[in-house]
Amino acid sequence: MKKSQNNKSANGNGDEERWILRLYIAGQTPKSLAALSNLNAICEAKLKGQYKIEVIDLARQPELARENQIFAIPTLVRQMPVPIRKIIGDLSDKERVLVGLALEEAAV
Amino acid sequence: MANKVFSPVNFALKEEKVTRNNSTNGRGLVGISKVRTGVKGLDEITGGGLPQGRPTLICGSAGSGKTMLAMEFLVRGALEYGESGVFMAFEETAEELSQNVASLGFDLPTLISRKKMYVDYVHIDPSEIQETGDYDLEGLFVRLKLAIDSVGAKRVVLDTLEALFSGLKNQAILRAEIRRLFRWLKDHGLTAIITAERGDGTLSRYGLEEYVSDCVILLDNRVKDQVATRRMRIVKYRGTSHGANEYPFLIDESGFSVLPLSSLGLQHQASTQRIPSGISGLDEMLGGKGFYRGSTVLVSGTAGSGKTSLAAHFTDATCSAGQKCLYFALEESLSQVSRNMKSIGLDIKKHVDKGLLSFQAWRPSSYSLEMHLVRLHKFVEDFKPDAVIFDPITNLIMSAGDQLEVTSVLTRFIDFLKMKQITALFTSLTDATTAAETSDVGISSLIDTWLLVRDLEINGERNRALYVIKSRGMAHSNQVREFVITSRGVQLIPAYLGTQGVLTGTSRMIQEAQEAAERLRLEHDLERKQFTLETKRKTIEAQIAALRAEYEVAEKEATSVMEEAEAVRKQRGADRLAFAKSRSSNGAEHGKSTPVLERK
Repeated sequence: MKKSQNNKSANGNGDEERWILRLYIAGQTPKSLAALSNLNAICEAKLKGQYKIEVIDLARQPELARENQIFAIPTLVRQMPVPIRKIIGDLSDKERVLVGLALEEAAV
Repeated sequence: MANKVFSPVNFALKEEKVTRNNSTNGRGLVGISKVRTGVKGLDEITGGGLPQGRPTLICGSAGSGKTMLAMEFLVRGALEYGESGVFMAFEETAEELSQNVASLGFDLPTLISRKKMYVDYVHIDPSEIQETGDYDLEGLFVRLKLAIDSVGAKRVVLDTLEALFSGLKNQAILRAEIRRLFRWLKDHGLTAIITAERGDGTLSRYGLEEYVSDCVILLDNRVKDQVATRRMRIVKYRGTSHGANEYPFLIDESGFSVLPLSSLGLQHQASTQRIPSGISGLDEMLGGKGFYRGSTVLVSGTAGSGKTSLAAHFTDATCSAGQKCLYFALEESLSQVSRNMKSIGLDIKKHVDKGLLSFQAWRPSSYSLEMHLVRLHKFVEDFKPDAVIFDPITNLIMSAGDQLEVTSVLTRFIDFLKMKQITALFTSLTDATTAAETSDVGISSLIDTWLLVRDLEINGERNRALYVIKSRGMAHSNQVREFVITSRGVQLIPAYLGTQGVLTGTSRMIQEAQEAAERLRLEHDLERKQFTLETKRKTIEAQIAALRAEYEVAEKEATSVMEEAEAVRKQRGADRLAFAKSRSSNGAEHGKSTPVLERK
């Protein structure tokens, strides 16, 4: 089951939800919670109004781990825009997350 | 290399002990219980299989067969022991794996659809992964758990975990997670195989052996003289005894075959049953009945001395008796042997068609010595023959170049055949310049019946002679017989011992002709003498007849005279009476004249 956090965007242009980010977790572990809050912070700062975060709990939907080739927890997958990118870890290294999501260019 | 002796009996005892330990011991001691892998030979050298509920590390260099062994462990488990398995692949996709193991005869898609197996491919591509901060491998655990639950797996293969090391940078997390993974596998009672690439001077490149402490198996694919040999060694197996040697193994269309024996020991039963050699003259030389069943026969001889023909005769005799024969040829192909033997009146091909003869031909240089041995074993195990022909063993030296190794391999092979009561006939090419007795790859002491076919070069001819050097447990001829190859097969003719040695070929024929002439002369002599005697007898008989006739004439004459005289005498008497009657007045003096007449 997907829990979606839909952050309202302020500028109502067609860029809304251009970024779809999936965060895979397995239960409410400290690492997962840290990753989620780090992600929210980054997105709010860099992609305000253009993103959607889906949190997938593999403890409830284990079959999705195989389907999406997840082996590390937490894993953040940039579904959109393509190409798909994967970032593993609690996202505490902000610079690396930006590089991983290729947000550096997008932000510029 | 010091060879420790393993015998199935020893293992049987050990297994029994383990079982006893496992049940109840009074003191609560529990030994290691083992899971049979079903891999040919592996269960023997591990004394019953892999440790149950524990991980086993299989390491080896690229292409040494790690994945194949791991896969066979799962497939055999599913097919033969009713234990389903999970294969977690880090390097190949399920499709690739299916294709790869199809060559071993494993049908993965069917096993997967029947829920006997579960293959999960974990794709790790370092180029699309960014690490930011702390993480764990819970995702892997989730997938493993799902896989295990969905098929009720008892066996797990992780092939190979080391892909994680190349994909992830944080070694500290990785090592902690791998430790946790092994703990988790143990806690769930899963018998696992973890494969690892061999490192430089270490068992595995990333030191996985540090986490797997129960059983470590090393696979090796060594090349010597451009010939590769696969070998397996149990590096450690905690809590149990195991074969410590390197064992050669084979991967072919029916999977793995490990050769478990370094030596079987001498426990075979000796049969008293005799089987014909296919050549009546040879049977005659061997006490009239041929070889013992399960014995080992060596035919040695120089090039072109007729060794293969002898072997073909034995093959033909075995198959004609409805028994199975396995023919290993290291020099000729089936069609070649079959054509050649047709020229001496033997049809080998028909036995192949009937399924009684299995003909295996390959070049000795194709494999290393131990691979030869493994192949021999496999063919014998699969075909279950009554007799095995090996033509010629000397070619094995070509692949090894080491006499000692050849001897060791042949010893093992011979022991193996004897255990199975299979009669073996080896041919061996001897060097014409050295004594045959010394050049037979040092196995002569293993041989029960040793025949030597020799070329004799006399009077501008090359002829063959055969004799029995030894034949254990039977009265055998001490004769040298001439070995003649005719269009109706091999015949053994008693050879002549002349002043110049054995007479064969033309010399023998001349000798035979001379003897025939002598015999003829004697016969004529006899006939003449008999004739003379007969003539003499006839002459004498004729003389006797003549004399008898003469006598008879004389006798007749005498009789008639006497009869006449009697008649006369009677007549005279009558006359006298008549005279007296007529002259009654006459005096008696007339009667005195009668004796005069009688005297006449």
